Amino acid sequence: MHKSLLASGHSLAQPENQLRFFAEDERFPRFTERLQAATEWPLKPQQLQVFQVNLGKMCNQVCAHCHVDAGPDRKEIMTWETMELCIQAIKNTPSISTVDLTGGAPEMNPHFRPFVEALSQLRKQIIVRCNLTIILANKKYNDLPDFYKQHNCQVVSSLPFYAESRTDKQRGDGVFKKSIEALKLLNKVGYGMEGSGLELHLVYNPAGAFLPPPQEQLKADYKAILQQEYGISFNDLFAITNIPISRYLNYLVKSENYEAYMTKLVNAYNPATLQGLMCRNTISVGWDGYLYDCDFNQMLDLKTASTVQHLSTFDLQALNHRAIQVNQHCFGCTAGSGSSCGGEIA
Amino acid sequence: MSDYYNSKDLHRFGEISTYQKEMGDKFFDWYGEVFKDSALTAKEKSLIALAVSHAVQCPYCIDAYSSTAYEKGYSETQMMEAVHVAAAIKGGAALVHGVQMMNKVEKISM
Repeated sequence: MHKSLLASGHSLAQPENQLRFFAEDERFPRFTERLQAATEWPLKPQQLQVFQVNLGKMCNQVCAHCHVDAGPDRKEIMTWETMELCIQAIKNTPSISTVDLTGGAPEMNPHFRPFVEALSQLRKQIIVRCNLTIILANKKYNDLPDFYKQHNCQVVSSLPFYAESRTDKQRGDGVFKKSIEALKLLNKVGYGMEGSGLELHLVYNPAGAFLPPPQEQLKADYKAILQQEYGISFNDLFAITNIPISRYLNYLVKSENYEAYMTKLVNAYNPATLQGLMCRNTISVGWDGYLYDCDFNQMLDLKTASTVQHLSTFDLQALNHRAIQVNQHCFGCTAGSGSSCGGEIA
Repeated sequence: MSDYYNSKDLHRFGEISTYQKEMGDKFFDWYGEVFKDSALTAKEKSLIALAVSHAVQCPYCIDAYSSTAYEKGYSETQMMEAVHVAAAIKGGAALVHGVQMMNKVEKISM
């Protein structure tokens, strides 16, 4: 298995080196210029609806495109004390409708289950970003489908493609077969099945240096092929653009695709995506309780530009006055039909 | 003037309108219309375009439609089969002229 960039001592493991890379590259227009042209500078938040929590960087997979640089060698894990701060912030913020749990593999956090149990008392929509293979990684995870069902979690899972070779290129050898097996287990308890009310959504992201095709066309292909070949059902498909940071940035640079990929993103810039950007209705919480505008800013260590930067001083009023931090990676969320954790946005 | 083909020229395709704007504009409008979802999907059209690109041996087109067909979800095997279809038609087109050769030989021989 591959190592994370951090474990292999790669310079792009450090957020400041990624930001320097963007700053020194003068081939592309600045994202801030695009916002200024659209009179959206500074970019301001809208009503906070999504509370996204990164439970840690530990993962059983080492995906080639991972913006978290997650893997088995990452030990950063959210503590129970920080989870309690999350619960308090959610309780105090009625506008939050969704709690979105991500990682790494969030299930690898030893407090994952008690946290979900506590969250389910708050009557919010809970999303678990499950990488599928975790369900089969160890006996102790085999009952996760039942656990998700018990707490009415929405399961959102990456399956970068409906064909084995492309999925395994991105996520590692054998991942496709295990993912199919895990999807069957989720279907078995009702996830993705019509009338069950248990939502199972899949995430497509390109296995290479290109943009996603239109989400609807792709969804039709996924539905047809996964049902025909494997008897698998799911609800929706989210097509997500790879954001040029961390491991994906390293891939682009190493494969000499960076210039062409950034050119594609910049040329596909679509101002109609600005209203629906996820950073405008989301707060992203790091494993250590620090606050960010989105998961990508979190990985670039671009904390909220506010007096409030940590859960311990969570104050929605103050956060609402912040300007959202943007940089060159934001061209990823504004290209074409746009991209968010829920797929296309325009 | 040392390079006949430069991959960066693909991105300058639109500049052909500089010397003849009206015709260029008409071409690009028509081109855009051709590749939209219609009786054939945009995805299906990308695979046809890939095969034709090989038949006309246009490196710019091969670059463009290899990317597009792959992005739209065709597998490596499907794309290579499309190239074989183009090659088979090109090969067949040469070979079917063998009948013309046979006709001529039969006509002039005793």
